[in-house]
Amino acid sequence: MSLISTILRRLVLLVFVVAGVAIITFTISHLIPGDPAQLIAGDKASAQTLAHVRQELGLDKPVTQQFVIYVKQLLSGDLGQSLRTRRPVAGDIALFLPATLELGIAALVMAIMIGVPLGVLSAIYKDGPVDQAARVVSVAGISMPVFWFGLALILLFYVKIPILPGSGRITLGIAAPPRITGFFLVDSLVAGDLKAFWSSLYHLILPAFVLAFANLGIITRQIRASMLDVLQEDYVRTARANGLSRSAVILRHALPNALIPSVTLLGLAFGDLLYGAVLTETIFAWPGMGSYVVSSIQTLDFPAIMGFTIVASLGYVLINLAVDLTYMVLDPQIRELG
Amino acid sequence: MTEPSGDVLLEITDLSLEFRTYRGPIKALNGVSLNVRAGEIVGIVGESGCGKSVTMMAATRLLPKGAAHITGGGIRLFGSDPMKLSERELQHVRGRQVSTIFQEPMNALNPTRRIGEQIVEVIRRHQRLDNAAATSKASGLLRDMLISEPERIMQAYPFELSGGMRQRVLIAMAFSCEPRLIIADEPTTALDVTVQALILGLIKHKATSTGTAVVFISHDMAVVSQLCDRLYVLYAGRVAEAGTTASVLAAPAHPYTRALIRCLPGLAPPKQPLEQIPGTLPDLLDPPAGCLFRARCREADDRCVSVPPLAAIEPARRAACWRRIEETQAA
Ligand SMILES: Nc1ncnc2c1ncn2[C@@H]1O[C@H](COP(=O)(O)OP(=O)(O)OP(=O)(O)O)[C@@H](O)[C@H]1O
Ligand code: SF4
Ligand SMILES: [Mg+2]
Repeated sequence: MSLISTILRRLVLLVFVVAGVAIITFTISHLIPGDPAQLIAGDKASAQTLAHVRQELGLDKPVTQQFVIYVKQLLSGDLGQSLRTRRPVAGDIALFLPATLELGIAALVMAIMIGVPLGVLSAIYKDGPVDQAARVVSVAGISMPVFWFGLALILLFYVKIPILPGSGRITLGIAAPPRITGFFLVDSLVAGDLKAFWSSLYHLILPAFVLAFANLGIITRQIRASMLDVLQEDYVRTARANGLSRSAVILRHALPNALIPSVTLLGLAFGDLLYGAVLTETIFAWPGMGSYVVSSIQTLDFPAIMGFTIVASLGYVLINLAVDLTYMVLDPQIRELG
Repeated sequence: MTEPSGDVLLEITDLSLEFRTYRGPIKALNGVSLNVRAGEIVGIVGESGCGKSVTMMAATRLLPKGAAHITGGGIRLFGSDPMKLSERELQHVRGRQVSTIFQEPMNALNPTRRIGEQIVEVIRRHQRLDNAAATSKASGLLRDMLISEPERIMQAYPFELSGGMRQRVLIAMAFSCEPRLIIADEPTTALDVTVQALILGLIKHKATSTGTAVVFISHDMAVVSQLCDRLYVLYAGRVAEAGTTASVLAAPAHPYTRALIRCLPGLAPPKQPLEQIPGTLPDLLDPPAGCLFRARCREADDRCVSVPPLAAIEPARRAACWRRIEETQAA
């Protein structure tokens, strides 16, 4: 019941967010100085060529009419045609987005798998050596620039001790798995191509770690803080007073309650990761949305930029939905009372 | 002494304990001695902050590690020193042999797990029962707590239950592994008066029918007197007076106990105005020398600058007061 109402609420919100974003991007793209037709036709193009390009792009029509056309296209799932690649923007995004999502999800999983245990240990052994070390790691993660850290890791693990690849998604010469989801790890498993799987996994390690590292600290600190709160709670004392084992007290009673306040942060972290992916992709020559967006901005490729922005805002709403649903799984009070 | 002659389950001797804080050590206990025998109901009374909870949490080693330090005296729980037990050995004592019901039922149950799961978890931790058997045992325990639909309650989450209902669940949980000793730390203080009487009755009935010993902590002399065979009156981390409930109420010996009883509507001599005990507990960061009650005592004199021992003043009664000791010696 309340599950459905949550999803419905988010979907209504989605409509508003996307509509708002569409209006804003459309307005900005028409306010920014710079003529896309000129960019496409080149500096030396004649006035006739320019006019022709304008007409082809619909740029000669009144702005309001352009907006109506744009919205109609949006509603049919058409994000327009990229000025730069001359392909449908939706197709381009479908091509590049999975690489970014794969990187972002891998980084999130890594950040959680390292950050949550580290946060729990820091809380249990507060002020002990693990806690101190985790504190250093957290500060480093928050303050270290991604590009510097990325380059340092490439230098270390690719140049000096060549054990990990430093660029791309898969080894040259190994064919990418047939495209189903666009996630190499998933597609290669579906195709039963273990060689491609391991190669993709290897290629993921460094960029995902760089991306995870920045968020690791925030997650560790958050988990540590909420674990410290929860360990003070009366029900943890009840569990101890009833002779439950240490692991039961921590894993079954304290941790699930400590995770609840961290869910919002994890959602934010994932948004952050996708944003950070832009830089990371550039460093690791990762063929994802990051590189696509940077090139689009450089060429004032408005349809591409607008398309990306809309997909990103969609993603934002979906992450929030995921956060809400996670709350429902973790917190019975929210689940039962809506 | 007319104390029951069962096995001594808990024996605390001259226990001193301090909390090391940044402001300096808080001397929470200053030589507490008490014992509990199998099957009896023992009350610990005293105003807030006098060390009731700390004493019993020291006995089960539930005080925060690192902050609490025992500086003197000793504890024997079921014949062994809890401070010398390993974490694992302690886990088998807690819940199995001694369990605690705490004051605040609001947060004493895990908010994200169903009631049934939480009781069953404790049962299965200490007893070789499968899930079905543990579940039916849990529902029987809840029924003993006069919960008419145990199955429904077991499916519920804590936030769906009233405070009184949660406290009944916690009592059922405390009795679930047939412990020899239950520590009830102000189990009714947070509940309204009508529920209080019910909860007290449930504890008393369950304890007497199973032969479980209970240490009942309260700041309310009236509650303790309804329930307990014997009493310890605590003041500033020391026992001021100890004896059978009947004898203490009939003729309180220590000036502090007398003041406590004068404060009680039901127990004060009729037609006399109710009193408040003037003054406050001494600063435990820097307790005064001598009798800790001296600053508030009407009967204080020169002798009271040294610490009065807890001495027998009647066959079943001891008090830590120079005046009473003198009177006993004179008699
Ligand atoms: N964790 C702690 N850190 C520092 N001091 C503490 C701690 N726990 C208890 N104390 C101090 O020890 C003294 C005794 O506390 P205790 O909780 O035993 O009182 P109590 O008799 O149970 O009172 P109440 O009726 O309020 O529960 C108090 O002065 C309290 O401030
Ligand atoms: S010893 Fe002295 S100060 Fe202490 S209670 Fe007795 S009379 Fe009062
Ligand atoms: Mg207390």
